[in-house]
Amino acid sequence: MAEPSRPVSLEEIEQLAVGAWILGAGGGGSPYHGLLNMRRLYAGGAVVRLLDPAALADDDDVAVVSFMGAPLVTQERFKDPQAIARAVRMMEEYTGRQFRAVMAVEIGGGNGLAPFLAGAVLDLPVVDADAMGRAFPEAQMTSFAIMGLRCFPLTLADVRDNAVIVARAADWKWMERLSRKACTEVGSTAATCKAPRTGREVKEAAILYTTTKAIRLGAIVQAARRAHEDPVDAVLDAEGGRLLFRGKVQDVARRTTEGFLRGTARLEGLDEYAGQRFDLAFQNEWAVGWHDGEPRVMTPDLIGVMDTLTGEAIGTETLRYGQRVTVIALPAPDILLTPRGLELVGPRAFGYDLDFRSVFGPPA
Amino acid sequence: MRRIGIDVGGTNTDAVLLEGTRVEHAVKTPTTADVTTGIVAALRALLAGVPPDRRRVDAVMIGTTHFTNAVVQRRDLTPVAALRIGLPASASLPPFVDWPSDLAAIVRGAVFMAEGGHEVDGRRIVSLDEAAVRRAARAIRAAGLRAVGVAAVFSPIDPSDERRAAEILAEECPGAAVTLSHELGRLGLLERENACLLNAALIDLARRTTRAFEEALAASGLEAPLFLTQNDGTVTLASQAAAFPVYSFASGPTNSMRGAAFLSGVGDAIVVDVGGTTTDVGCVRHGFPREANGVVEIGGVRTLFRMPDVLSLALGGGTLVEPDPLRIGPESVGFRLTEQALVFGGDRLTCTDLAVAAGLVSLGDPAAVLRLPTDLVRAAVGEVHARIAEAVDRMKPDAREIPVIAVGGASFLVPPRMPGISRVLAVPHHAVANAVGAAIAQVGGELDLVFQNMSREAAIAEARRLAEERAVRAGARRETLAVVEVEDIPLAYLPGNSLRTRVRVVGEIAGFR
Repeated sequence: MAEPSRPVSLEEIEQLAVGAWILGAGGGGSPYHGLLNMRRLYAGGAVVRLLDPAALADDDDVAVVSFMGAPLVTQERFKDPQAIARAVRMMEEYTGRQFRAVMAVEIGGGNGLAPFLAGAVLDLPVVDADAMGRAFPEAQMTSFAIMGLRCFPLTLADVRDNAVIVARAADWKWMERLSRKACTEVGSTAATCKAPRTGREVKEAAILYTTTKAIRLGAIVQAARRAHEDPVDAVLDAEGGRLLFRGKVQDVARRTTEGFLRGTARLEGLDEYAGQRFDLAFQNEWAVGWHDGEPRVMTPDLIGVMDTLTGEAIGTETLRYGQRVTVIALPAPDILLTPRGLELVGPRAFGYDLDFRSVFGPPA
Repeated sequence: MRRIGIDVGGTNTDAVLLEGTRVEHAVKTPTTADVTTGIVAALRALLAGVPPDRRRVDAVMIGTTHFTNAVVQRRDLTPVAALRIGLPASASLPPFVDWPSDLAAIVRGAVFMAEGGHEVDGRRIVSLDEAAVRRAARAIRAAGLRAVGVAAVFSPIDPSDERRAAEILAEECPGAAVTLSHELGRLGLLERENACLLNAALIDLARRTTRAFEEALAASGLEAPLFLTQNDGTVTLASQAAAFPVYSFASGPTNSMRGAAFLSGVGDAIVVDVGGTTTDVGCVRHGFPREANGVVEIGGVRTLFRMPDVLSLALGGGTLVEPDPLRIGPESVGFRLTEQALVFGGDRLTCTDLAVAAGLVSLGDPAAVLRLPTDLVRAAVGEVHARIAEAVDRMKPDAREIPVIAVGGASFLVPPRMPGISRVLAVPHHAVANAVGAAIAQVGGELDLVFQNMSREAAIAEARRLAEERAVRAGARRETLAVVEVEDIPLAYLPGNSLRTRVRVVGEIAGFR
């Protein structure tokens, strides 16, 4: 077995920021501020270690962290490494147990860096895993929920002297409702420590090695850019992804319903797709894509919309008229493709009456 | 209406006199180190070209790249005290974070952080710590700093803390130049604060420069209001521009695009401006440049300025060509074109030489390029054309055919036909398109705010009213105001049906005799 843990260089953190944004599937918010925080923490001497989940003992305790709230709010109220560390400490005080490591609830978007902020402040290693393999909008959309693990307790820290513990919740959807309410009250941004997981639960129910995957993805994009090669092709090659469409954004309609950014985008084909059309629907993340009116790709397959030239991922909040974009699909983690997984994160969970069909064929 | 437009570039100061929509006279003179002398010379040359009874003008508009150059070249910048209001929020990323270290070393005079600021829904984070602001103000005076940038969390939603800080600063350090971030724009604290700090660093230079412009105008005997052109193709009174130099950052490409649209009479087009070293490709809609949507870096600093969406290629009349294997640029002989190009008796093969050899233009001594192999000329011109065509295609707003307007000193490099392009227009006075763009600028007003618990229609109407107020304050005639852009984005997760609404209006300049 490889070394149980290894230091992560700042260069890898930069790559993680690029890769996490791609795995965000349009949501999760930009990792830029998380990256700036990490640069400052590293400049102050911090080095975060990445822990192989296989090295966790069954009874180790792992903190599952994320910043909850609206990506737009964090443009003004920055994610705070001290706040996420406080949420973790609160959980330790509440449960009376020490954490062995921290991990991300979602690798996609800004939250891919959240455990690194906590790890740098608390001097704890980050487990090479998450519970989504991408980004999703709601608390019940995790591999932990799919595997029926306990959803409580949850600690929530604000930058003021406000702290909330959700001691119990009837199920994952209740946990989403209760914590969302508290989050909105403190300004639609809060640091959270989700229900702690044992080493065994992580090994059995988390999606493993996604941190390494995000770092690798970022490194590939950077290398392709340096070599003046097509970064989109590089991503597809590396991850066994599929190019679905190349085009130009013709229309974007966004609306807020029930606290989410929902909407549609229409692309007009370019190059070999000239004369064709691609429609996308989103709820924070890209949810479904239709090629000339036919469903072509749907959640939980990772739908990515990338700047055709730079390979930069484009979020559902930043897509705009006239952009030249490439739509890709990356394979979803197996656990999301199970019947229970599809119930929680498949097209019907997002309100689309479609039977899930993967771009990559039926699961093996 | 008679207007003079002046473009103060790095190499040349161009001036044009417009009578209505007709270019009456145009001149090109060298830019001088003190700027003023160059403008005085340009105005003299311009006025000398028209009869004395036709020297009256209604307005003078100046476009300049002075302020961008100051930031890019790290000169003429004033040290700034940054005051951030928002603690305990946003403490982890202080002002000047992610600035290039050489620029920060010049501009960062001091950093202060105080409690205060607002939430996205308008509630307070905590109440403003006035005592801390006052302590910061006293420290600023004690340190002898004369420029201050104030940025509060969510100030575009509620600017009251920034305004109160300005009052305290006025009491404690009278005479300090204070920039408030909410006057510069959009949500995104770091980028808005960056803009605010850059603006504060440039205020001294802006005051000196606008004074120099006014003196040049007075020295030339002209009596007309003086306007400065801004990034978005509009102008503002020089007195107001002196307080907001960052708004004039990208006026060069903007003026060239506006000028091209005006000279051709075509409002919707792709503009290709081919200079000596670079080609700028942009898109105009209704005569105004399309704005860049994302983050714009100025001298390495991230901002959210209103900037035209411009694609720049390292390709121009002075771009060097290596024959074997064929390589075009990115190096250019720049302003030495007239000494170093083959057709001007030099020994460097440039794109201008190729164009002469291919018969696209007659310049210098055509005999100097007679011996260039035909294959080379054909291949190289093909490559230049392909690069420009690709850039044009990338900037097209949609798949429909659209005309291209070719301007700039080396516009002969623009291919006569391109896929998806209806026609390529050559225009008179294309070499002074920038100055023409300055002359025809209008006055604009913009508002970008989050509205809550309002219908979409009511939010847009209110945004429009506020944008019109801003335009009138900037010198627009109210009855000519028209909305040129409306954008609304519902905000995810936020309570109260939040709608971020951006409205921009433009109108003709008020106060003409």
